[in-house]
Amino acid sequence: MNVREALQPRVRDLPASGIRKFFDMAGETRDAISLSIGEPDFVTPWRIREAGIYSLEQGRTHYSPNAGLLRLREAVAGYLRRRLGLSYDPETQIIITVGGSEAIDLGLRALAGPGDEVIVPEPSFVAYKPCAILAGATPVPVPLEERDRFKLTPEKLAKALTPRSKVLVFPFPNNPTGAVMAREDLEGIAPLIRDSRLIVLADEIYSELTYSGPHVSLASLPGLKDRTLVINGFSKTYAMTGWRLGYAAGHPDLVAAMRRIHQYGIMCSPTVSQHAGIEALDNCDAEVEDMRGEYNRRRRVMLAGFRRAGLECFEPGGAFYVFPGVGSTGLSSLEFCERLLREERVAVIPGSAFGEPGEGYIRACYAYSIDNIREALARIGRFAARLRGRDGPFPGGR
Amino acid sequence: MDELLDILEKYGRLPLAELAVLAGGDEREIARALAGYEADGIVTGYTALINWEKTGTERVTALIEVKVTPQRDRGFDRVAERVYRYPEVKACYLMSGGFDLTVVIEGKSMKEVALFVAEKLATIDAVTSTATHFVLKKYKANGVVFSREAEDDREQGLV
Repeated sequence: MNVREALQPRVRDLPASGIRKFFDMAGETRDAISLSIGEPDFVTPWRIREAGIYSLEQGRTHYSPNAGLLRLREAVAGYLRRRLGLSYDPETQIIITVGGSEAIDLGLRALAGPGDEVIVPEPSFVAYKPCAILAGATPVPVPLEERDRFKLTPEKLAKALTPRSKVLVFPFPNNPTGAVMAREDLEGIAPLIRDSRLIVLADEIYSELTYSGPHVSLASLPGLKDRTLVINGFSKTYAMTGWRLGYAAGHPDLVAAMRRIHQYGIMCSPTVSQHAGIEALDNCDAEVEDMRGEYNRRRRVMLAGFRRAGLECFEPGGAFYVFPGVGSTGLSSLEFCERLLREERVAVIPGSAFGEPGEGYIRACYAYSIDNIREALARIGRFAARLRGRDGPFPGGR
Repeated sequence: MDELLDILEKYGRLPLAELAVLAGGDEREIARALAGYEADGIVTGYTALINWEKTGTERVTALIEVKVTPQRDRGFDRVAERVYRYPEVKACYLMSGGFDLTVVIEGKSMKEVALFVAEKLATIDAVTSTATHFVLKKYKANGVVFSREAEDDREQGLV
């Protein structure tokens, strides 16, 4: 029996993630210094861990309601009111998910199907296009450019819009570029969205990691709340990646549809994580502030290091990545990363892993200790100097 | 510029260029701020946190509860000053509650600490009683945990 033939073509032909491909090709990286892993190096703050432990001691080991513990949904509603100035009804407009990732999948499956186009700005997180494809829809990439500071401009959005456009994936602050969209940037694209039938899937997982003013959600612009699904989670903000906890907030009809898929496929998010999540939302603003301050220092060290190495790098306003250009070295993203790993044992991710427009860039993550970052930057500086042949420009530069 | 103080507290003394990058300011500005902090006694020194237990060096820390008769006009300050001037005294606090001063003493041995209490501390006129508690093990000091940090066990995922 040929099991491979039994597979759904849509699944069988799903391309492997560019990140996975790079590491499969690069092979063993265990003794390398890494700037490649996109998750916080901080351990979950103790008071959150302790709340999880306490819930286990109390025997809270059962399923929760499908949509999540009401107490947690209320805490999410409180948080969204406090941070975004938006009111959501915890009973009907909020769903607790298994990480932000599940919310992306649920949102796309609830909204997009065969014949629908899902607009995906790139470079961006690797899961949007596969989730759109699995939903049966057609992803339509929109290339973002450094000269726009990797923002989605009205011109680019207008060009991507067709009568079949159904969903706009809106991933800001952005992984891998670190780009943010300020209120005036959002105001630029808002009329286009209002005049279309687009529903916006706003992936705001990095919303607490912004370094020049608080995050502004597209949902907070006039007329956009009902057609925006706000997706967020606990992984990046509270260093809770392994707890798998996220949420989405939006129009009651959309949330009800997502809840239906979720209840059949998942039942509910881990109950222990939900109890920990309540503590995170209610009592951890100071911890978040501390982590943000530390990331910001590392961000400055990274920027200074790459610029010293002669690699241009636009200043990212959010997330925990820098996205320097390596085109001036004459190497492709992939060649640069492979050689850097082989010759200096430093792992960074080729920008092309985040979509074609990422070619010519690399993603370096600063969720690492300052000592680790310093050592990696020293090696990158050495590597770049070697490529350049001392003081001159990069020989193959373009 | 609280950011600079946070950085100094966490990383200690660094070259000006590095401080400037971390704090996001220019070097001259940082140098001026630093000089100001030192002159105003806001930054009072730079030290390393050392886990002496690991060096094999004998060191004993004791916490001493001291009861004191306060003095007219000067309250507890005069007595505290007499106590904290000894180099053996690492910390000295005026407390609320059942006693008056907490004195943290470091010595080479229990005997040395006991002698200090008996000969120097208890003999001060205003001191009416002392109770000495020896530290058996340090788990955390100055915000730093003294056990080995967990290794970075993050897996290369897709994010």
